[in-house]
Amino acid sequence: MTIQFKTETFRDDFTFSNSPEAIRRFPFPFDKDHYMYAVNIEQHMPGPIKSATEFPIDIDEHYVAEMADRSLVLKQDPLRCQSLPHMITAEWDLLELLMESMSKHYPEHFTLTKDGDRWHWINRPLGIDQQFTFGDTATLPYPPMEYVTRQCQGDFNLIDQRNDNLWMDAGIITSQADWSLDFDLGMNFMEWHAPVPIAHDIGVFDRALKFLLNLQQGRPVRRLNWTMTINPRLDTSPENYHKWGVDRTTVTPENVGDKVHLRVELQALWRLPRSNAIVFSIRCYLIKMEELVTIPKWARRFHRVLRDLPDQIADYKGTTRYRQTVVDWLAKHDDGAPTSPGFYPD
Amino acid sequence: MSAIKSRPIYPGLKLDERARRHLVAAEGEGALAVIGTFKGEPAALAATTLIYTPGGSAGQGHEDALAGLGVGTLHVAPTQETAMVRLNSFLANAVMGTRLYAAGVEGFLGKVIASGLEHGVDHQSIYTEHRGSLARRVQCVHCKGVTEDVTATPFVCSHCGLNLFVRDHYSRRLAAFQGVVVDCEEPGALPAKEELYL
Repeated sequence: MTIQFKTETFRDDFTFSNSPEAIRRFPFPFDKDHYMYAVNIEQHMPGPIKSATEFPIDIDEHYVAEMADRSLVLKQDPLRCQSLPHMITAEWDLLELLMESMSKHYPEHFTLTKDGDRWHWINRPLGIDQQFTFGDTATLPYPPMEYVTRQCQGDFNLIDQRNDNLWMDAGIITSQADWSLDFDLGMNFMEWHAPVPIAHDIGVFDRALKFLLNLQQGRPVRRLNWTMTINPRLDTSPENYHKWGVDRTTVTPENVGDKVHLRVELQALWRLPRSNAIVFSIRCYLIKMEELVTIPKWARRFHRVLRDLPDQIADYKGTTRYRQTVVDWLAKHDDGAPTSPGFYPD
Repeated sequence: MSAIKSRPIYPGLKLDERARRHLVAAEGEGALAVIGTFKGEPAALAATTLIYTPGGSAGQGHEDALAGLGVGTLHVAPTQETAMVRLNSFLANAVMGTRLYAAGVEGFLGKVIASGLEHGVDHQSIYTEHRGSLARRVQCVHCKGVTEDVTATPFVCSHCGLNLFVRDHYSRRLAAFQGVVVDCEEPGALPAKEELYL
């Protein structure tokens, strides 16, 4: 299966869009007509063929354009990629995980060959052919985490485990939903989640932490999270909020379909073999409202979820200013019919 | 537990009687916490290095009281920055069995903790006591500049000039709260200024 990589942008003229196939495989995050925070963690098992979870690491039609956008972000703000010194072993673990997964599941695009510690990596979509020595940072043009994640969709955190807690000690974060790696680097699990409302009080983070401390090698897990973004902008960082925040004021009844996007994060966690660290990947998928409503079940359901969302959650997700406009627009695509259980289209 | 889950808790100073050396950093009114903890402890005082800066939080005249304690080594520094230079040199040469203490305004505690981290001192092992004003040290998330002694929200970033809202989120590594622009969705539309951190 060869992917047709699109030429598109996530800034300035915003030419991003989804093909009909990409819409069908969008990881729609609601299996019911309402939403509340939950520890919605499941085994990261292969999902249906062509779905976003068919393979552990999903590469799709936006790959080349997303990597170009990441490169632009890093050029303007190198602090989006940071790693504390003790994380170097975890960086190599991550490089191995991603290269092995990508080359196994997308052999027409990526090839990894090994001769002991001498590795040869070929990335055809990005035109990269690199021979290097595994474990020797001097043989790569970037440190291992940065090297491999400049070639893999999704943001990545490397999380250390000590003192019965998890510590965000490395990461590359260029498509985040309004949180700062530079600020959160070195924090523990409870600390970096401090700004999230409600969830602390209902014990979500206590349970999630307990679960993740026991994460086993070879048994990755995943969950979905979501928010909304105006314009298909990947870099909705707090660092640049003073530049993109104004987008939220530009939503009108006429432009909802094209401008307003549901933003879904497919978050996955792997235990790493050498470092005992955890990879936390945050893969972002965007879909325009006019694309979303081509799936009637999703149109009905998202209308109901957004309409009935508790105000506190709507505020935290930054939707307050335009939520009603979007709900009104979606209402035209909701005939009130019941929706079937589960995430997938009918 | 602090209501702000990323904000450290400062339980108050106490004497670690098992420590071989006591390395104490105090700012302003933090001197009173040091006096309360070490007064009448001659053995501990003899093994104590105390770095004190009068600071900006009305810390007046505590140098004499500290000198009168009979502390082994007392350094009085003119500013927080110079106190940190002293502290860093002591941390670089600290021996096993040294206990680190910090007392004063939160920004100063944060700097001591961050410096401890850089020297391999676990933050949970540092004894801390918050004295003096509630002023916050705030990092602008946009330009990354730090503004000291912020007493109100919103405030103007002392580096880039954006109007920042002080978010209840604290970074131990940066020893700072997070400042985020407040009026980018409607330039100039500022919420009423609240003097929350006096």
